[in-house]
Amino acid sequence: MSAAAANRSDGAAADGVDLSALSADSHVNDVLDELDRELIGLKPVKARIRDIAALLLVERARKQLGLNGGAPSLHMSFTGNPGTGKTTVALRMAQILHRLGYVRKGHLIAVTRDDLVGQYIGHTAPKTKEILKKAAGGVLFIDEAYYLYRPENERDYGQEAIEILLQVMENQRDDLVVILAGYGERMQTFFRSNPGLSSRIAHHLDFPDYLAPELEQIAQRMLLAMQYRLSDSGAAALRDYIPLRMQQPHFANARSIRNALDRARLRQANRLFAQRGRRLTRDELMTIEGEDLRASRVFA
Amino acid sequence: MRITQGTFSFLPDLSDAEIRAQIDYALAQGWAIGVEFTDDPHPRNCYWEMWGNPLFDLRSATGAMTEVLACRTARPQAYIRVNAFDATRGFETTRLSFIVNRPHHEPGFLLKRHEVGGRQIQYTLESYAAQLPEGRRYE
Repeated sequence: MSAAAANRSDGAAADGVDLSALSADSHVNDVLDELDRELIGLKPVKARIRDIAALLLVERARKQLGLNGGAPSLHMSFTGNPGTGKTTVALRMAQILHRLGYVRKGHLIAVTRDDLVGQYIGHTAPKTKEILKKAAGGVLFIDEAYYLYRPENERDYGQEAIEILLQVMENQRDDLVVILAGYGERMQTFFRSNPGLSSRIAHHLDFPDYLAPELEQIAQRMLLAMQYRLSDSGAAALRDYIPLRMQQPHFANARSIRNALDRARLRQANRLFAQRGRRLTRDELMTIEGEDLRASRVFA
Repeated sequence: MRITQGTFSFLPDLSDAEIRAQIDYALAQGWAIGVEFTDDPHPRNCYWEMWGNPLFDLRSATGAMTEVLACRTARPQAYIRVNAFDATRGFETTRLSFIVNRPHHEPGFLLKRHEVGGRQIQYTLESYAAQLPEGRRYE
């Protein structure tokens, strides 16, 4: 029996492979559906993740029939404004890659420049390598990757970290996925000054800003998770609040919404506390009223 | 003479895939991995040298395997072992230790019998390899 034939175990006959059986086998559809359900908007991102999942499934099927194209390179860059869900998607991505057998463990190690770059000569390489060892078998998520490169200081140690990353991205193709994340424009400059890095990244995913209705859904989702709900006046206030907040400086998409909700909780607590002396119902403790949101300074 | 120390030492040498599987097991137990080497095969030699730092917080065996392979490339003719350290209170000790590399030729040990008072004999075990200075053994 040849090696290729020996590899053929689950669901593969000599003449073909059943892709649907394979995908059911890996439960990847569950993760993809969960992604669709739980993440609002982000259409282009979801489409690209489906593409990648399909590619990995087909690659698996090909392997079962003894066709070997070499593991595809899956290093990615996530660009987008603050609060557009880059970290959340990266977490899901790690799960998907694990289900499809691309990485062995499927954990996510999130780092920034401080974790990779050392403080004196000879400190950077061991530091970066240690992080890479920890990330092996999963996904290394480098947030705000452009800080690694500081053009104004040519002796900056960031360059050393980039070079080590490049080596590993090239060699360890089959057991580590590096995701570089950051805000759109600065990432573009970063890639322009590090063409080697850009060319080793197969997938550039751009995270679009959320639209007002999407943000509203996200807010509802967050409240549900925190076991709160909006009264009718609260829902109306939220609908008015979002477009106003979007025009404010430093608007950070979902993150701003989360902060707004946290402040609304604060005001709700204050309002309830003011009425102490009577028994509060479960409903009252759960409900955020319009006045809790309307007290925000964006309405001023 | 093939020395037998640590876990699995009566089995044939572990393949890389088997070493990886053992490291994965150790990591799953929450143990930290360390790689050590020596060229003094005496069973009472507890002073093995560390290869790099101990590897804490690993999730997959890949990182430890790169260290094992790097050590093997740098010291192909040394004994190399992988230790798994359990930091749990009450254990705080090595829980698993196995050899992952050994010299091609292991000359074995000389057993010296030293007669002392009466017919009493004291035994000494001396490695033939260790008769050469450190670094020139197993060349």
